[in-house]
Amino acid sequence: MGDVYKALADPTRRLILDELAERDGQSLFELCGRLAMRHDVTSSRQAITQHIAVLEEAGLVSVRRSGRTRIHHLHTEPLREIVERWLTARED
Amino acid sequence: MAVRITITSVFVDDQAKALAFYTERLGFRLKHDVPMGEHRWLTVVSPDQPDGPELLLEPDQHPAAKAYKEGLVADGIPAASFTVDDVRAVHKELTEQGVRFTQEPAEMGPVITAVLDDTCGNLIQLTSPVA
Repeated sequence: MGDVYKALADPTRRLILDELAERDGQSLFELCGRLAMRHDVTSSRQAITQHIAVLEEAGLVSVRRSGRTRIHHLHTEPLREIVERWLTARED
Repeated sequence: MAVRITITSVFVDDQAKALAFYTERLGFRLKHDVPMGEHRWLTVVSPDQPDGPELLLEPDQHPAAKAYKEGLVADGIPAASFTVDDVRAVHKELTEQGVRFTQEPAEMGPVITAVLDDTCGNLIQLTSPVA
């Protein structure tokens, strides 16, 4: 499992999570379109693919298939670690 | 020199299946259907522009064509893009007919786009202006 904090440290990767939070389940094509049209992200498709790979390694994005198309889904479970570490009220 | 686009093409895995999909689902009209060796010179046109650009439904027999198609489909990239009056309405209508979309309608700047599976190994993008 990759580092969640490292995955979240990059602004483009946070935008990818923002877009998946708005609409879960997107192809690389749709994600790249949204990043370019809405956020003026100028990264290449290959660079976006690498960002997605980091998010996948951190468990924040999972890939399923629709037919033969890879569809990316947001997976927020790793964020629970952050909540539990600092935001959950402690008894002691 | 006045150059014009008269023919563009998509590589299809089965011409008969492609003709059915492009006419019955997408609403194109058959323009030319000419036997050519083991395949056909098979083109369709928009009903609004019967003398306009033709879409050639071209056999994907070449190994490179198949690799190209598979690579595009995996990343959700359309092989061609067509304009409709209302992407959201067409998406609803085609979904009810069982057509599978890899991208639901989304605003991308000045246009709304959606991407569907043509069942012949390609993704097709539909666009309409944002109302």
